[in-house]
Amino acid sequence: MKKTLTMLALGAAVAAGPALADLVFPSLDYRTGPYAANGIPLADAYADYFTMLNERDGGIGGVATRVLPCETAYNTEKGVECYEATKAEGGLVYQPYSTGITYQLIPRASSDSIPIHSMGYGRTSAKNGSIFEWVFNYPANYWDGASIAIKHLLEENGGDLSGKKVALVYHNSAYGKEPIRTLEELSAKHGFELSLLPVDHPGQEQKSQWLQIRREAPDYVLMWGWGVMNQTAIQEAANIRFPMENFIGVWWSGSENDVVPVGEAADGYKALALTAPGSDFSVYDDLKTHVYDKGLAAGAGDQSGSVLYNRGLYAAMLAAEAARKAQEIHGEADITPAMMRDGMEALDITEELLADRGFAGFAPAFSVSCENHGGNGMGAVQQWNATEGTWTLITDYIESDQEVIQPLIDADSQAYADENGIEPRCN
Amino acid sequence: MFYREAGDFKTSYEDDGQTFPLRIDRWGYYLIVAVALVLVPFVINDYWVNAVFLPLLIYAIAAIGLNILTGYCGQVSLGTGGFMAVGAYGCYKLMTAFPDVNITFHIIAAGIITAAVGVVFGLPSLRIKGFYLAVATLAAQFFLVWLFNRVSWFYNYSASGQISAPERTVFSVPVTGPETPPWAAYLFCLLFVIACAWIARNLTRGAMGRSWMAIRDMDIAAEIIGVNPLKAKLTAFAVSSFFVGIAGALFFAVYLGAVEVGEAFGIQKSFLVLFMIIIGGLGSIFGSFAGAAFMVLLPVLLKNVLVGGLGWPTDLAAHLEFMIVGGLIVFFLIVEPHGLAQLWRLTKEKLRLWPFPH
Repeated sequence: MKKTLTMLALGAAVAAGPALADLVFPSLDYRTGPYAANGIPLADAYADYFTMLNERDGGIGGVATRVLPCETAYNTEKGVECYEATKAEGGLVYQPYSTGITYQLIPRASSDSIPIHSMGYGRTSAKNGSIFEWVFNYPANYWDGASIAIKHLLEENGGDLSGKKVALVYHNSAYGKEPIRTLEELSAKHGFELSLLPVDHPGQEQKSQWLQIRREAPDYVLMWGWGVMNQTAIQEAANIRFPMENFIGVWWSGSENDVVPVGEAADGYKALALTAPGSDFSVYDDLKTHVYDKGLAAGAGDQSGSVLYNRGLYAAMLAAEAARKAQEIHGEADITPAMMRDGMEALDITEELLADRGFAGFAPAFSVSCENHGGNGMGAVQQWNATEGTWTLITDYIESDQEVIQPLIDADSQAYADENGIEPRCN
Repeated sequence: MFYREAGDFKTSYEDDGQTFPLRIDRWGYYLIVAVALVLVPFVINDYWVNAVFLPLLIYAIAAIGLNILTGYCGQVSLGTGGFMAVGAYGCYKLMTAFPDVNITFHIIAAGIITAAVGVVFGLPSLRIKGFYLAVATLAAQFFLVWLFNRVSWFYNYSASGQISAPERTVFSVPVTGPETPPWAAYLFCLLFVIACAWIARNLTRGAMGRSWMAIRDMDIAAEIIGVNPLKAKLTAFAVSSFFVGIAGALFFAVYLGAVEVGEAFGIQKSFLVLFMIIIGGLGSIFGSFAGAAFMVLLPVLLKNVLVGGLGWPTDLAAHLEFMIVGGLIVFFLIVEPHGLAQLWRLTKEKLRLWPFPH
């Protein structure tokens, strides 16, 4: 055992390495485990975008970027290990792509003064920046997602959902449980009947849930799924001939991985979207010139243009813009995590900025402030076309029902503040 | 030559029955405890605590617990993850309901609650044996995880179903929550480990431990010579669950700080602890530590060598890690089916005779 420890020390010493002047973006990714199919495009995009910035502009503000990958396999214990291992190298912002790991990291990172950006996942009430100083979840969160889906249904039904039945199929974990409270509020407000169907990790076994759906015959099914659970659910929905256009997944249940295995039967399946699908954006030209053609693409390089790859690009772009903002604010190129936080809080994503970075029409504009760490809560609905194998946006970006969500966020963040003795800031 | 009994005279029954009869063993043990208690806290940092020492110490307690049940009493259990969850949720409910009571007592109380739950799920062991009991404990695993997911009282009605440990202090030093200094978390767990190992060692060589081993070796024979199987099996379940509950409480409160029952205490956890005691050695306290060290340290070591040292892609390293750890498990089980503890025992036997084995 002593020998093991010495070797371990050796390994850690080698891992630490010399400190260079660069901007470190840790990537707590998962290319293995039950959620690998979704983790790979996210991780590839994150790495590719920063490679592109290094190759094209020599980094951000003249300082090279470095993506520091660490494999978590979607496992919280490994996530903690990764966080501890990468924070020593000066990680600027953490994006774990796992609600469980995000919950782990919120107290740790807040005490270490390192920002977390959980884009469209994590703790929803972190939107309240006056209590969650170090946590950001712009541009939208789960409760926005729930509200956007219901708004879409309202639109389809001429503004009236009373008497309709809506079922929620969800991953039985912190992630899947998040929208329940909002949906309950919305069901009271709009008079629809909500039924809840939990699916246990990893979600390959859903026969009984779909049998229940068949029996209860809800008008609409919403889904909060991830990984293999998504494609199983879509397959089961196809098996019971549930009309696909009445089946809406959250943005984590709407990638190619989820619908392609089901084939033709998945045609018409809807999902929420944070960004536009496809690769018809000028940023892809730069990626092609500076990354793909030079053979620098991360992973197998076969993910570009997929929904989750686009989301990874978006996350990387927002991180890079926040770093740029931080450099501007502090007048220093080699920023620290605390400066990065200031940059994130001052982030203002406008249409012009998006166009300038090659993301014209890619995502809606939004801004972050001290009180609002969650952006404007905009999302669109996309639909799968199985014959062409493409996702298409079928609505404009819909803004969530802040009237319902804001009180919930205030209540939940206040509970966290009371539990942990946090004084609200921003006054 | 140096490692021998000769010259180490025992003049009382206490001396004769001590855990480490050889002087060199005793010194080694004192040295390890002294280094762990006095030296390590001064050199430890966040990474070492969170990636290496806390999981090692906490899994060692869980492995000791399962080893009592499976290794000493012969009752196969696949419910370790579920019992750890009982400890964690028990600790959480107590921490939030009685914030003024010291966390140490909450953790011990969580162990006692788990012991009670363990006894209830141990009742079937009086009628069913072997694989069938494994299935019954598997039911406990799934039932408990389902319960903590389903009944929102257990997680204080939080929106996400996550439980998170608020800050609690011991002698005004925080031991849970994000402000915990690394040495405090380490020492807190270490003291529990030392206490648990000491209790386990002394229970297993006393009357209770002997009755467990009698039941393990042949339950009918044990019954005939006067061992009460009801008492022996249920005490084994109670003591084992007590340790597992303490491990679960520490795992949640000190190590992770926030858990989600399905992810943290799923069936994988039961298997992991079972593998630890199989690889470490059934029916051995040292084996529990060796097994926990093997299963916790090896993946971290491999990751640091492959990714940090050799610079391989993380996914390749992660896959190789599975293969290497799996290969080593098979290797050890073929070479020494009785686990690392038996290897250690053999080494000591050989050392006693060295350099004149004949």
